[in-house]
Amino acid sequence: MAINTEKNSYTVGFAVVMVVVVGLLLAGISQLLKPNIDANKRAEKQQNILYAMGINNNEGKNDVVFIEGPELQQTFDQYITEQFYIQGGERVDDPEAYLIDIKKEKKKAENPDYDQKLPLFKGTKDGKDIYVMPVRGKGLWDAIWGFVAVDTDMTIQGVFFDHKAETPGLGAEIKQRYFMDDFVGESFLNDGQFSGVNVAKGNNDPKNEDKTDNEVDALAGATITGDGLAKMLRKDVQKYVPYFESLKN
Amino acid sequence: MGLLSRKDANLILDPLADNNPITIQVLGICSALAITAKLLPSVVMSVSVLFVMGVGNIVISLLRNYIPSKIRIIVQLIVVATLVIIVDQVLKAYSYALSKELSVFIGLIITNCIIMGRFEAFALGNGPWRSFLDGIGNALGYAVILIIVGFFRELFGSGTLFGIEIFGNSVEKSGLYSIGYENNGFMVLPPMALIVVGLIIWVQRSRNKNLIEEN
Repeated sequence: MAINTEKNSYTVGFAVVMVVVVGLLLAGISQLLKPNIDANKRAEKQQNILYAMGINNNEGKNDVVFIEGPELQQTFDQYITEQFYIQGGERVDDPEAYLIDIKKEKKKAENPDYDQKLPLFKGTKDGKDIYVMPVRGKGLWDAIWGFVAVDTDMTIQGVFFDHKAETPGLGAEIKQRYFMDDFVGESFLNDGQFSGVNVAKGNNDPKNEDKTDNEVDALAGATITGDGLAKMLRKDVQKYVPYFESLKN
Repeated sequence: MGLLSRKDANLILDPLADNNPITIQVLGICSALAITAKLLPSVVMSVSVLFVMGVGNIVISLLRNYIPSKIRIIVQLIVVATLVIIVDQVLKAYSYALSKELSVFIGLIITNCIIMGRFEAFALGNGPWRSFLDGIGNALGYAVILIIVGFFRELFGSGTLFGIEIFGNSVEKSGLYSIGYENNGFMVLPPMALIVVGLIIWVQRSRNKNLIEEN
C-alpha cells in the first residue's frame, strides 16, 4: 500500500472522515441510550423528593438510602397527591411539575417580564400535609440543589441536598445524613416573618437542640458551601411565602 | 499458557509486576490518588480503563498505517475521548448511582497518561492482537494497584469494604470500636494514597533489585 500519509490533503481528508465517523457513532449511541438515561434522571428526582419527605429505605444511623426499583413510582404516586407550580401568584396544576428544570427557569427569570414557575409538590404523611419545594443555588465550586419539605407553618419536615462538585470531606458533606437531619424541626419563620434558616458558625448550639433559632450548626471547613446553602434556602424558599400565607386564609 | 505464545503472554504478565504502569512507569498516578478512597470506585475505574485501553489499542493499531503522523496525537485523543464518552453514557444508562459518584473521574480517563502512553509507545508500532494484549496487560497492572490501594484506604479509613462494615460500627461503637479502635481519617485523604503507592514501590523494589536504577 503506497499511501502518502504525509501529504497535507491526506491529513485534512483523514481528519474530516474521522470527525464525521466519530460524530455519527456518538450521536447514534446517545440516541440509543437516551430513554434509559432520562428514566434514571426522573427516578432520581422522585427519590430526592421522597427523601425530603422522610420516605426512604434508611436502616443504619448514617444511611442515605433511596426507595428503589418498581416500588419507586408506586410510592411516589401514593405520597405525592398534588403537583402544581405557581406562576405570577397563580396556581397551575401540572401532573409532571417535578420535571420542571429549575436551572432553566432561573435563567428565564433573569428577564424581568418572565414570572418564574415555582413547582410545589403536596403530599400527605402520617395524616399531615407536607409541601416539598425544589431549591437551587451556588456552593463553592459549582451548583448545589435540593428539596425542602415543610408543613403549612413552614416548619421543616425534611431536606435533601446534593451538589455537583463540592470538596469531598468538606462541602460535599451537605449530602450526609447528620447535616441534613439537623434541619428537621427548624422553621423558616421567626415571629411570623420569613427569616430563612441560617447555616451558622460558632458553637452556641452544636447539637442543634434549639429549634427556634432559625440556625443549624455549620460544617467545619465548608464556610462558603454553607453560606451558599443558607442563601439558596433564603432566596428560593422566600418566593413561596405568599402561597403559604394564602393557605392560612 | 497454551493459548498464547510466551512472547504474547509476557505482554499481559509484565505490566502486572516488573513493568507495572503505576509503580514502575509512574503513569496514571493522578487517578490512582483521586478515586481510591473507596474500593468500589477503584474497581469500576479499573474496568472502565480496561475497556478503553483494550478497544483503544485495537483501533489505533488498525489505523496505524493510515494515521498521518502530523496529527497522530489528536487522532489518539479523539479515540480515547470517544470511548470515554461511550463508557460515561453506558454508566449513566445502566448504573446511574455509580456514574454520579464517579462523575468527574470518568471524564478524567481521557487524561490518564497510561492510555496515551500505550497508544504512542505500543499500538502505533504493533498489530491489533498484540496491541490488545498490551492494553489489557497494562490496564490490569493499573487495576491491581488501584484495588490494593483502595482496599487499604477503605479498610483503615472507613472500616468498611465495599461499604460492608468490617470492624463493627464506628457510630454505635460496636465490634473493634468498643475496645477503643478508631478509623484513621487521614487514610481517606489523597496524600495517603501516595504513601500507600510509595510503600508498594518500596516492597516491589526491595524484592527485585533489578528494578533499582543506578545513579
